Amino acid sequence: MSNISQHISKKFDVALDDIHNKVLGMGGLVEEQLKKALLSFINSEQKTAEIVIENESQVNTAEVAIDQLYINILVRQQPAAGDLRMLSAISKTITDLERVGDEAEKIAKMAIELLDKKDPKFAYTSINSLGKFVSQMLHDALDAFAKLDSKLALEVALREPESDKYYASIMRELITHMMENTKNISGSLDAIWATRSLERIGDHSKNICENVIYLVEGMDVRHISIEKMQEMIKSDR
Amino acid sequence: MTEEITNTHAIDLSKIRGDSVTKNISEEEICIKVNNFNLFYGEKQALENINLVIPKKRVTAFIGPSGCGKSTLLRCFNRMNDLIDSVKMSGEILLDKKNILEKTEDVADLRRRVGMVFQKPNPFPKSIYENVAYGLRIQGVNDRRTLDDAVEKSLKGAALWDEVKDRIGESAMGLSGGQQQRLVIARAIAIEPEVILLDEPASALDPISTLKIEELIYKLKEDYTIVIVTHNMQQAARVSDYTAYMYLGKLIEMNDTGTLFTTPRKKMTEDYITGRYG
Repeated sequence: MSNISQHISKKFDVALDDIHNKVLGMGGLVEEQLKKALLSFINSEQKTAEIVIENESQVNTAEVAIDQLYINILVRQQPAAGDLRMLSAISKTITDLERVGDEAEKIAKMAIELLDKKDPKFAYTSINSLGKFVSQMLHDALDAFAKLDSKLALEVALREPESDKYYASIMRELITHMMENTKNISGSLDAIWATRSLERIGDHSKNICENVIYLVEGMDVRHISIEKMQEMIKSDR
Repeated sequence: MTEEITNTHAIDLSKIRGDSVTKNISEEEICIKVNNFNLFYGEKQALENINLVIPKKRVTAFIGPSGCGKSTLLRCFNRMNDLIDSVKMSGEILLDKKNILEKTEDVADLRRRVGMVFQKPNPFPKSIYENVAYGLRIQGVNDRRTLDDAVEKSLKGAALWDEVKDRIGESAMGLSGGQQQRLVIARAIAIEPEVILLDEPASALDPISTLKIEELIYKLKEDYTIVIVTHNMQQAARVSDYTAYMYLGKLIEMNDTGTLFTTPRKKMTEDYITGRYG
């Protein structure tokens, strides 16, 4: 684990600690949004979906606020090495979190769309499984970020292909459903959009993990194979 | 449910956006106010129509290229320029609402209230103890207990106590440059001034000593109003709450430091802080 504190400048310690905590706060907010969005979709709860849509702006506000803080620390404290990597990771992570927030909103919108349509209920069990899977990924990615734990981050990043499998399987189910009867198309398409959003959340969670690995280990593990990633981290230990 | 989210994850935007750092500083928060101030060295005008405020218990930095007048302005705050014969001044400099340029101003008392630390550490060739006690002694304080307490308190305030407590009887000349500079700051705060003027306090020091001085400045603002002149823009960004950019004797822009260094309003300021000056 790297150390946030212990600079000669206490002001810098306070600033870094503060921004790190605010990212985690934003993460908690996004997790809550995702949880509610999934719930509203699976149970066709209009009210919950509306709450998600209404609260989306809070996620955006948090992103903008943290971004300003980040710019301020950059210009005022001129961070280097681990501190600089921390801030770079924060900047990227909040972008991913904001997008997760957008995806949650899309899922909630699809939940509302589907209220007046013939919904492909049979697929909801698999969609829920995917939802639970990526929610856990997001949760653990944020946990890795909180603890600056690159080992956990790697473990979570390695789960991402699994979410692709869920996605492919749900797509197959829904395509078949649409082929059976053209009346199923509209509802199935909405469900596909929601599924797509969940799959994207898995990708964003993986990105957050890559940010944590960069921050802790100083290694850029984007765009490389899983095997290579494992190898890089092992060889450095 | 909306409430639940708001409460758990509320982020205080006002703090992040710097809304709390008001641009319009209220009268009570002002320590020094400069009104239509001009200064001439003989025929040459060194400061031109300066208007600014120095807020209480904050760090204000003056930045700008050599010869822009920032040190000259700083030295006006305790009338160090009186020592130069050809200096002429007009306008007002109000310290706690009283014009310190008045002929009736007690300059010795002013310099007690407004302390100064220079670029090169200038300890007296005396013991560490006597350096800090000096200001009190010339005020007539001779009680050993009072002096002991003041020396300890000041050295602690200047973050030097732990390093020198076992040798305060030894000569101050044996201290390192960074320690000497903190000793000079201890000497300045021993007489409990209101304002501390720092003229390039860290430019003769190594990076770690520099960070220690900066950390000290950050702590000192709890009790004192601090004005610092620095060539080092990054240092101004690190230590100050407000920054004033000066050029050729004029105040170009003053703002809270975060704003000045991220979104300056004047192109001249932007050019200077991004290294496009010249």
